[in-house]
Amino acid sequence: MQKFKEFIIEKLILISGLASIFFVILIFLFLLKEGLALLEFITPGQFLFGKNWYPISEPAQLEILPLILGSLLVTFGAAVISIPIGVGCAIFIAEVSPPSIKEILKAGIELLAAIPSVVLGFIGMVTLVPWVKNIFHIPTGLTALSGSIMLAFMAMPTIVSIAEDALYSVPKSYKEGALALGATKWQAIYRVLLPAASSGIFAAVMLGLGRVIGETMAVMMITGNAAVIPTSILQPVRTLTATIAAEMGEAVVGSEHYFALFAIGIVLFVVSFMINVTADLFLHRKKI
Amino acid sequence: MKPTKKIVMSLILSLTAGFLYAASSRNSIQIKGSDTMVNLSQAWAENYMEKNPGDFVAVTGGGSGTGISSLISGTCDIANSSRNIKEKEIAIAKKKGIVPYEIKVGLDGLAVVVNPQNPIKQLTIGQLADIFTGKISNWKELGGKDLKIVILSREVNSGTHVYFKEHVLRKGNLSGKEEFAASALMMPSSQAIADEIATNPGAIGYYGMGYISPKQKTIFVAKDGKSKTIEPTIENVITGAYPISRPLLIYTNGQPQALVKKFVDFMLSKEGQEIVQKTDFVPIKK
Repeated sequence: MQKFKEFIIEKLILISGLASIFFVILIFLFLLKEGLALLEFITPGQFLFGKNWYPISEPAQLEILPLILGSLLVTFGAAVISIPIGVGCAIFIAEVSPPSIKEILKAGIELLAAIPSVVLGFIGMVTLVPWVKNIFHIPTGLTALSGSIMLAFMAMPTIVSIAEDALYSVPKSYKEGALALGATKWQAIYRVLLPAASSGIFAAVMLGLGRVIGETMAVMMITGNAAVIPTSILQPVRTLTATIAAEMGEAVVGSEHYFALFAIGIVLFVVSFMINVTADLFLHRKKI
Repeated sequence: MKPTKKIVMSLILSLTAGFLYAASSRNSIQIKGSDTMVNLSQAWAENYMEKNPGDFVAVTGGGSGTGISSLISGTCDIANSSRNIKEKEIAIAKKKGIVPYEIKVGLDGLAVVVNPQNPIKQLTIGQLADIFTGKISNWKELGGKDLKIVILSREVNSGTHVYFKEHVLRKGNLSGKEEFAASALMMPSSQAIADEIATNPGAIGYYGMGYISPKQKTIFVAKDGKSKTIEPTIENVITGAYPISRPLLIYTNGQPQALVKKFVDFMLSKEGQEIVQKTDFVPIKK
C-alpha cells in the first residue's frame, strides 16, 4: 500500500513537471502556426528589416525594423541605468552594509518589485515625462529615455536579488584570504569577490533585461509609440510589446495584420528565450 | 429500449430544451466598439434600462475595429463604430454567416487642437494634411513660433484615427497613399492627447468635440484657401459647414430584431437624440 501511494505521488509530480514544458511547447506551436502564416504575404527579410510599419493601410506595410530597434534602444538604456545601480546595490547589501540597514534595503527592493507596471507607467507619465522634456529642451518628453528610466526601476529588483545571492555564495575563505594578504576591503571586493561571482551577476543582469524587453504597459504609456527608426535616445520609439498590445484589438482574426502581430510574438519569444538560456548557462557554470 | 436508457434519453432531451429556452429568453444586449461612443452608449443604456427594468444592456469600448471584429465573431449584438465598415471586414463577416447592417445614430465633429500658447488660429485641410504627414515640421512655416511640431494621433485601433487619415490626410480620396508621419506619437486615448496638448506648446492633435476644454485651443478649419474658416460647434456640424465631421454608426447582424430593435428604436427616438446632444455629440436631426 505504502509503495502504491509512493508510486502515485511520484507520477503526479512527474506530470506536473512535464505539464509546464508541455504548455510552453503548445504556446510556441500556436505562435508558430499563426505567425508563419504571414509568410504568404511578406518575406522574412522584408518583415524583419523593412522600415515601414503601417498595418492598416491598403496594402498593409508590415515591416518591424523600427519596432525591433525601439525595443532594443529602450532595453539598452534601461541596462545602462540599472546595471551599475543594481550591482552596486547588491555589493552594498552583501558586503558593506550593517545588518540592520541590510534588512531594510532588502525589504525596500522587494517592495519595488511589487509595484504593478501600469502604476509605474502612470507615475512616469505625470512626473518623469514633463521633467525629461524640460531638462533636455526637446519637443516632447514621451521618449525612449523616459521608458528606459522607468524600466530600469523594474529590472533593478531582479538584478539586485540575484546578484546579491551570487555574491553571498562566494566562499567566505576567498574574502578572508584576500584581506589576510593585505588587500583593502574595496580591493577584496573588486579583485576577488566580483570575479568569483561574475557568472552569477551576469545571469542576474540577463534576467533583469529579460524582464525589461517583455514589459508592455509602462512603455506603451511613456515612450510615445512612434514607429520611426530612432537616432537618439531622446526620440519617441515604438516597442514590439506595445505594438502587440495596442493593435491586437483592431486586428481582424485571419488578416495579415493579425498574423504579423503573432510573428512579432515569435520575435519576442525568440529574444527572451535566448536571454534566458544565456542567463541559465552562466548560472550553471557557476556551480561547476 | 431499456428503461435506464429511456431515462437517460429523456434527461438529455429535457436538458437541451432547457438550454434552448434559456438562450432564447435571455434579455440582455452586448454593445462593443468605438471608444468615442462609449459614453454615449452608456448614457443610452442607463436611460433605457431605467424605463425597461428586466432588460440589460452592457457596453464596452476597445475601438471601432474591436467592435466590428466582435460582431463578426458573434460576441456582441451591436458594434459601435465611428468609421464605415471595410470591404475586407464585410467579406470576412459573410464567410462566418454574419450580415452587418448599418444604422446612423448621430454625428461627431473632429476638433483639431493645439496648446493655448500657440498663436495659430486657423488652418486649411491642405495645411492639416501637410502637418500630419510630416511635410510641414515647424510652426514657423505656418507663421507661428520657431518650434518643432509634435504630432499626436490616436492608435490604429481607433475609428478616429482611420477617419482623420481618410478625410484629412487623403482628403477623402479612397485610393490615396498618404500616411501619418512615422514620427507621429500614437496615444492610447483621447484623454492622453488632451493632457499632452495642455502641457506641450508645440503639439497638435485631434479628437471628438466632446473632449474640447479650455486647456486646449480649437483650430478653425477651412476646406481650402478660398473658403471661410469654421469653428467646430454643434450648429456648424449639423449644417455641414464644418469640414471634418463624421457619422456615428452602429452595426447589427441583419436588420435589428426583437430586443435589439427595441433598443435601436430608443436610440433614434426624440429622447435618445437628446441624450446625443447632452453627451456633446450632434443629433442626426433636430
